[in-house]
Amino acid sequence: MTEMLSLSNNMPLFLGMMLLKLVVVFVVVILIVAYATWCERKIIGHMQTRLGPMRTGWHGLLQPIADGVKLFFKEDIIPAKANVIPFLLAPMMILVPAFITIAVVPFGPDVTIAGLAVPQQITDLNIGILYVLAFAGLGVYGIVLAGWSSNSKYSLLGGVRATAQMISYELAAGLTIIAVFMLSETLSLREIVAIQSGPLWGSIPFLPNWYVFTQPLAFCLFIITGLAEINRTPFDMPEAESELVSGFCTEYSSMKYALFFMAEYANMVVIAAIAATLFLGGWYGPLPSSLGFANILMKIFAIMFFCIWLRATLPRVRYDQLMRMGWKVLIPLALINVAVTAIVVVLT
Amino acid sequence: MASILFYILAFVLLAATLLCVTCRNPVHAVIYLVKGFFALALMFYLLGAPLIAAWEVIVYVGAIMVLFLFIIMVLELAPREQPQGPGWKRWVPGLMLAAAVIFCSLLIIFQDPSAASGNPAHFVGPRAFGEALFGRFGLAVEVVSFQLLFAAVGAYYLGRYQPREQDKEETS
Repeated sequence: MTEMLSLSNNMPLFLGMMLLKLVVVFVVVILIVAYATWCERKIIGHMQTRLGPMRTGWHGLLQPIADGVKLFFKEDIIPAKANVIPFLLAPMMILVPAFITIAVVPFGPDVTIAGLAVPQQITDLNIGILYVLAFAGLGVYGIVLAGWSSNSKYSLLGGVRATAQMISYELAAGLTIIAVFMLSETLSLREIVAIQSGPLWGSIPFLPNWYVFTQPLAFCLFIITGLAEINRTPFDMPEAESELVSGFCTEYSSMKYALFFMAEYANMVVIAAIAATLFLGGWYGPLPSSLGFANILMKIFAIMFFCIWLRATLPRVRYDQLMRMGWKVLIPLALINVAVTAIVVVLT
Repeated sequence: MASILFYILAFVLLAATLLCVTCRNPVHAVIYLVKGFFALALMFYLLGAPLIAAWEVIVYVGAIMVLFLFIIMVLELAPREQPQGPGWKRWVPGLMLAAAVIFCSLLIIFQDPSAASGNPAHFVGPRAFGEALFGRFGLAVEVVSFQLLFAAVGAYYLGRYQPREQDKEETS
């Protein structure tokens, strides 16, 4: 067992590696976010027998760049009656928690450099999952402040909906994750991935020991609550175009609107990464472990494709249906799942 | 080092809670309270209890304060005729406190957590915490959870839909 690289045993290497990891993860996430918009338009286009963007570059490949440039040159409007500082802060408050959460996701096995083990993860916290839950709950402040400070009734309604939705679904999301760490007996995402390596239950050689096989119900509940927490269709009540114009971001324009747009996709990347780590074995996957990066990216893309597919398939649920499902279906199911898991853990 | 951080955080906490009870706009008050909870969470971290720090953020910042905001927005408690003139001055104390909290959290992050804590012997991990909570203090946890259950049942009883007498007569 090689010693872990830390601030005390090789400071320059530690700082260098930290900077490298931060830059790589940031750039990769930004690229995924940019091209997720293109993929979404293309996939939904083809599902609806359209072509999607075709004009900018080969099959519209330069579309995200064109959109970015367009948004940069738009006029930046701040409504006269808006509460200016929270209006300016809100887009950042929604984007930052998404990027911070990525810090605890491991994307490969340890690499040995100069005799020290370097984890392929920005930081490994012993309260990893709780950290994820803590920051997942903070994104809603951005939506609420955007809705409140815009001083517009559509924005305010969007903000109110976001708070109620977030409170209802965060409970269920937390409960599904409890079932996972009852089995793993650790909160560190690094160790959870380590436990998921090897054959299923140590005995079935052709399946990996992923928690999706042990906890299928928790996985489904996590995906549903995750979609609700990041306000994706069919749960995009805060911005429901057909009734609230554009919900909490009605009054935003130019780059501030672009930040909201990016935050939506960044949140999708985060939920996909957390789901892949908790339930699909993280970087331990079909390809050999040295290609851990490819493994986890593959799983993230698969979950994101599923989200996009859902958007093309399902209509938006009604608000009372959303609340009823959260409190009367998802939370009881998650509680039953926790109870059953507890009984099984005690018996075995 | 730890004591300097402690004093900065204590100042932020006191200032934020003071501003929370004195400022007139309820939404601003909630934001100040959130800031105070963040400072409190960092203090717990400094004392060697990362788990409690995380819970502070999850429970108070992530759930309870969101509920407060929800209620404020539903009741439209925000003063309607608030001055919209030179807005940035009202936000200066808030932004300064936020900067102090971010500064302290960066200092904590860039140190070894064991070194940043004043007494590293008391750095409690999640496992030890859970064992103490459900082993030694198990009975107390059960009693408190029963109290919460009673409260939930009471709230349900008070809030359930009861058709009034005259409504019944009208429908029958």
